[in-house]
Amino acid sequence: MIQAILVFNNHGKPRLVRFYQRFVKEIQQQIVRETFHLVLKRDDNICNFLEGGSLIGGSDYKLIYRHYATLYFVFCVDSSESELGILDLIQVFVETLDKCFENVCELDLIFHMDKVHYILQEVVMGGMVLETNMNEIVAQIEAQNRLEKSEGGLSAAPARAVSAVKNINLPEIPRNINIGDLNIKVPNLSQFV
Amino acid sequence: MALKMVKGSIDRMFDKNLQDLVRGIRNHKEDEAKYISQCIDEIKQELKQDNIAVKANAVCKLTYLQMLGYDISWAAFNIIEVMSASKFTFKRIGYLAASQSFHEGTDVIMLTTNQIRKDLSSPSQYDTGVALTGLSCFVTPDLARDLANDIMTLMSHTKPYIRKKAVLIMYKVFLKYPESLRPAFPRLKEKLEDPDPGVQSAAVNVICELARRNPKNYLSLAPLFFKLMTSSTNNWVLIKIIKLFGALTPLEPRLGKKLIEPLTNLIHSTSAMSLLYECVNTVIAVLISLSSGMPNHSASIQLCVQKLRILIEDSDQNLKYLGLLAMSKILKTHPKSVQSHKDLILQCLDDKDESIRLRALDLLYGMVSKKNLMEIVKKLMTHVDKAEGTTYRDELLTKIIDICSQSNYQYITNFEWYISILVELTRLEGTRHGHLIAAQMLDVAIRVKAIRKFAVSQMSALLDSAHLLASSTQRNGICEVLYAAAWICGEFSEHLQEPHHTLEAMLRPRVTTLPGHIQAVYVQNVVKLYASILQQKEQAGEAEGAQAVTQLMVDRLPQFVQSADLEVQERASCILQLVKHIQKLQAKDVPVAEEVSALFAGELNPVAPKAQKKVPVPEGLDLDAWINEPLSDSESEDERPRAVFHEEEQRRPKHRPSEADEEELARRREARKQEQANNPFYIKSSPSPQKRYQDTPGVEHIPVVQIDLSVPLKVPGLPMSDQYVKLEEERRHRQKLEKDKRRKKRKEKEKKGKRRHSSLPTESDEDIAPAQQVDIVTEEMPENALPSDEDDKDPNDPYRALDIDLDKPLADSEKLPIQKHRNTETSKSPEKDVPMVEKKSKKPKKKEKKHKEKERDKEKKKEKEKKAEDLDFWLSTTPPPAPAPAPAPVPSTDECEDAKTEAQGEEDDAEGQDQDKKSPKPKKKKHRKEKEERTKGKKKSKKQPPGSEEAAGEPVQNGAPEEEQLPPESSYSLLAENSYVKMTCDIRGSLQEDSQVTVAIVLENRSSSILKGMELSVLDSLNARMARPQGSSVHDGVPVPFQLPPGVSNEAQYVFTIQSIVMAQKLKGTLSFIAKNDEGATHEKLDFRLHFSCSSYLITTPCYSDAFAKLLESGDLSMSSIKVDGIRMSFQNLLAKICFHHHFSGLLKLWPRAAQEVVERVDSCASMYSRSIQGHHVCLLVKKGENSVSVDGKCSDSTLLSNLLEEMKATLAKC
Repeated sequence: MIQAILVFNNHGKPRLVRFYQRFVKEIQQQIVRETFHLVLKRDDNICNFLEGGSLIGGSDYKLIYRHYATLYFVFCVDSSESELGILDLIQVFVETLDKCFENVCELDLIFHMDKVHYILQEVVMGGMVLETNMNEIVAQIEAQNRLEKSEGGLSAAPARAVSAVKNINLPEIPRNINIGDLNIKVPNLSQFV
Repeated sequence: MALKMVKGSIDRMFDKNLQDLVRGIRNHKEDEAKYISQCIDEIKQELKQDNIAVKANAVCKLTYLQMLGYDISWAAFNIIEVMSASKFTFKRIGYLAASQSFHEGTDVIMLTTNQIRKDLSSPSQYDTGVALTGLSCFVTPDLARDLANDIMTLMSHTKPYIRKKAVLIMYKVFLKYPESLRPAFPRLKEKLEDPDPGVQSAAVNVICELARRNPKNYLSLAPLFFKLMTSSTNNWVLIKIIKLFGALTPLEPRLGKKLIEPLTNLIHSTSAMSLLYECVNTVIAVLISLSSGMPNHSASIQLCVQKLRILIEDSDQNLKYLGLLAMSKILKTHPKSVQSHKDLILQCLDDKDESIRLRALDLLYGMVSKKNLMEIVKKLMTHVDKAEGTTYRDELLTKIIDICSQSNYQYITNFEWYISILVELTRLEGTRHGHLIAAQMLDVAIRVKAIRKFAVSQMSALLDSAHLLASSTQRNGICEVLYAAAWICGEFSEHLQEPHHTLEAMLRPRVTTLPGHIQAVYVQNVVKLYASILQQKEQAGEAEGAQAVTQLMVDRLPQFVQSADLEVQERASCILQLVKHIQKLQAKDVPVAEEVSALFAGELNPVAPKAQKKVPVPEGLDLDAWINEPLSDSESEDERPRAVFHEEEQRRPKHRPSEADEEELARRREARKQEQANNPFYIKSSPSPQKRYQDTPGVEHIPVVQIDLSVPLKVPGLPMSDQYVKLEEERRHRQKLEKDKRRKKRKEKEKKGKRRHSSLPTESDEDIAPAQQVDIVTEEMPENALPSDEDDKDPNDPYRALDIDLDKPLADSEKLPIQKHRNTETSKSPEKDVPMVEKKSKKPKKKEKKHKEKERDKEKKKEKEKKAEDLDFWLSTTPPPAPAPAPAPVPSTDECEDAKTEAQGEEDDAEGQDQDKKSPKPKKKKHRKEKEERTKGKKKSKKQPPGSEEAAGEPVQNGAPEEEQLPPESSYSLLAENSYVKMTCDIRGSLQEDSQVTVAIVLENRSSSILKGMELSVLDSLNARMARPQGSSVHDGVPVPFQLPPGVSNEAQYVFTIQSIVMAQKLKGTLSFIAKNDEGATHEKLDFRLHFSCSSYLITTPCYSDAFAKLLESGDLSMSSIKVDGIRMSFQNLLAKICFHHHFSGLLKLWPRAAQEVVERVDSCASMYSRSIQGHHVCLLVKKGENSVSVDGKCSDSTLLSNLLEEMKATLAKC
């Protein structure tokens, strides 16, 4: 079982927080912080497994993470999951994000947290791995997007217009914040198609 | 400017969406909290509007805020509103918000039941999918119960997308509503062979997750998984299955043997590291489960270790880590094969990665031997010095202690060395394991008598040195060591060199800064010390010296009397008074030493930590009974065995007596400064030079003092452990030389011409003699200690509820709750094949029977398929390994033996194989059936055929085991005998056919001739006919399919068809054979009479107590009863006899936890049940009076009943 999936950036800002076990929200935040500090201490060229933090249950649990450019993807799993399998799953998840967002970068995750959740829901459900085949995942996501588009055609149009107006000429828009693209392609690891 | 105006007005007109919210938060970095609270206010406004789109938008924003840690539980109802939107776009937002924020405590969650049910049956697969996904995150026991049936239906949905989600969510449903597991399991099993790989993978996932918690219930699925393993190409599924096998093999060693080969193949063939790793892991599990007497598996171990070495040597740190992890599993059973890779593992200790270092440490634990312990610990000690960060250092510390103390200090040859290691460890600042070190010191000092003198000298030095006092504020800090030091110095004060000096050290004012429990030990041991000094002085005749010591005590003890800690205060007051009294006596020149030391006479023995727990409760003592009726508001206290140390002590003792005057304070401050200046360890409280990863402004300005730690910190006056290493080496070297000399001499004496083949004799562990004569005192245990160490399972474990036997057929009462008003809809869904959805039936027994019959039919038709499903058969077809498997403590040992005897039996029959073909088959089947029954614990009777077919009779399962056991009985009765042959037979109802019974005849050759050409001819009656090979006439004999050499016995089975079974039946028959010996051959005959009793038509059938009650109520049974007098046998054995001879069984309670039946028995009254081969129910009520037994029977046929009771009467009369 996967207990939690956390995505945060190099500064510990959460980008996606998904717990499959109930924690009160204060503890959730604490876990995110603790996990961040655990992961941050580690160099990039050491192993991607960490014996669990003190907050998510005991010795049976492991943190398995990957670091892509500005983002950490952390899965907290118990001993029923294969460590290398989960590493691959993270890869599948990130590659799926890359496909769905067309060259995903941190900004996509920041502004489209809901979409990231929907994608994750096609990969992991209730803490168990639902699908590992990327093509299948992408196909389902696209089908749902089409469905949403067909429904939202009318009501979404004005909203988009408004949003466009709002974006005009405002100096603060974060378009010029350069966070850099995620380096997605990590060699040697796609054992799962 | 104008544009901004426009924008502002539009802002008011249109609401912010998620992107705007995120943007806004990013733009308000300085006053984020304020901005968000503004946004939440806006969201609250939006939620009040009627437009669902606005609401959905608001909920979407809330989900984001939830991630940032804001409470959104107040919006739960709005979330439900959005969930019930008709559009997928909104619905999805609602379910997402719910999955993130709902939990069992959310009260509105019960409102969702119908909405979710509606969505589950929605025509759009994505509506259903979204509902399933959401539900998986917030399913509650109520939702699980109400929706289980709907989800079951979805498991057979046409779209694989829905199927896989439905399968997966079932696990969550099982967890919350364990009753659903049995009804849903058949379908779940079906999904293992779903055509869609995604669904298949989901089913594997769920079953693996279930089996991980309660593996024994899933053993029967092993053949299916085995098939999947050999056929699947999906690595994900393979990994899961292989992991599952890893969990199953410990329960069934035969499975392991079957697995080894395919797994080894996979290891050789796969390119995926993840799969390879899991295969290695499972092979290790298999090897662990197999007993060690398997020489041919050393190759597998070698393969594993070799593959793991490749992993560890890999540059990929992940593989290195996993390699070490798996290596530690091998270590437990095959330490030798790992030890050869010591170099590699020691190398990993230097790795920059902490995870890897920790794993390597784990491995070291199992690799130490007497020879290398010192070397390894020395290496670890250097790591302790180098380690940055207290966690890793603490880990090292505990590992050092673990390694040294493992298996009763097995590897320590020099305890002086160990004590000095412990003393060296005390210089660790900031460790949390002071109590660990202290416990070790105490343990060693108490149990190794020879070391006490040395220990005492070391401990007194510790008491003397000041550095330990410095850390006294920290709980469990290193100052805990003083606890041990003080105790050891006090208890073994006779070994002290300078007791007076130590006494003064223990009475120093700074001692009062220590935690209370340590001070208490100080106070107590000061007196012990005082007593021994007193004795010394008096013996030496130094009356003045003795008085001076007393004066010292009187002067110093008051500082403890003032302590805030009650324990310290009380002890100190008592002792102060005692000392004052002694002072008075001394003033009168009365010798007191004898009396004072008498206070501490006698030696303390070590007591095992669990000793208290193991004291058996005396008979007749009920610990739960109230002594006095409780007061209404009395608080119950948790009585826990107290640890040696007050480690849980929360309260911080006040260190200074409040009355301490200014002057005293100033003096202490001065003293502390002085001490700090002299104390090399004190600097450590300044920030340690750790790497700073995150640049927080301001930190750089603080000058970081770099401490040169390369100079080892030495405790002044204490010896270093290193010197022991050298000493030990020298000592061993000397020993070796001596030994070599001796050996050489001997060798030279023996053979002069032969050269020694090895120039360097390797030193085995046994050769190293310990430096001291070590007498390790074992810990004491109470008399009659209970041997078993029941590890109490956590009663709150949610997975325990899922420990359910899945092989038992479904009872009628087990079905998933179905919403009544939706009955029509559910019946439309394709569920016919699942028994639990079947409509209520009035006759539960019939149903069960039907179900069984169906199975039977299947079995006959698809013998082959059945084979694959039958675990035992599947396992027993494995080619038996050359050495017989050692009987493992597995419930299936007798099955193994059965399988074995079967195999042997077949070998025996090798001669007459052709004819044999027919008869062994039913035999085998029967065996299997019996096995099944026995494993389920349903079998009442014991069976012991004379032909040594089975091991000595197993004890009767049900009832109290402490009662006397019946002598092993045989159900085989004598048929006929003469000087050549003895015939015994057993008649059993056939499980396959309605009116058939199987007669097993055992023929034993008693003569010295070979018996061959045996033929059995039986005269058929109208009612009973023998089943003969096709084409043979009624008058032909039926050949016995074997020959009998002298002294051999064998069994043949024949089937008879009986038309009416209500009456007993007798058949005449003749056995004809040729007896051949050296003198020639003679034709012989033996007549016999086969007696088919009514009991032999009964089949032991389990029955649930509720079904039994229904049966009795139904009223279509006739009744009869008997009474037998003069019975002295115990009721328990009586019942066993009835079960055994008449094929009855006790009632099953519904939901028996361990699948073990319980006879429903009230003191001297028992209900029993059996069923005839033609389906008559027979119910018995057996009552025992004094010296008599009465049996009331109810049966669907009155003749059958009365005949049965007559037979029973005959049996009972013999008792």
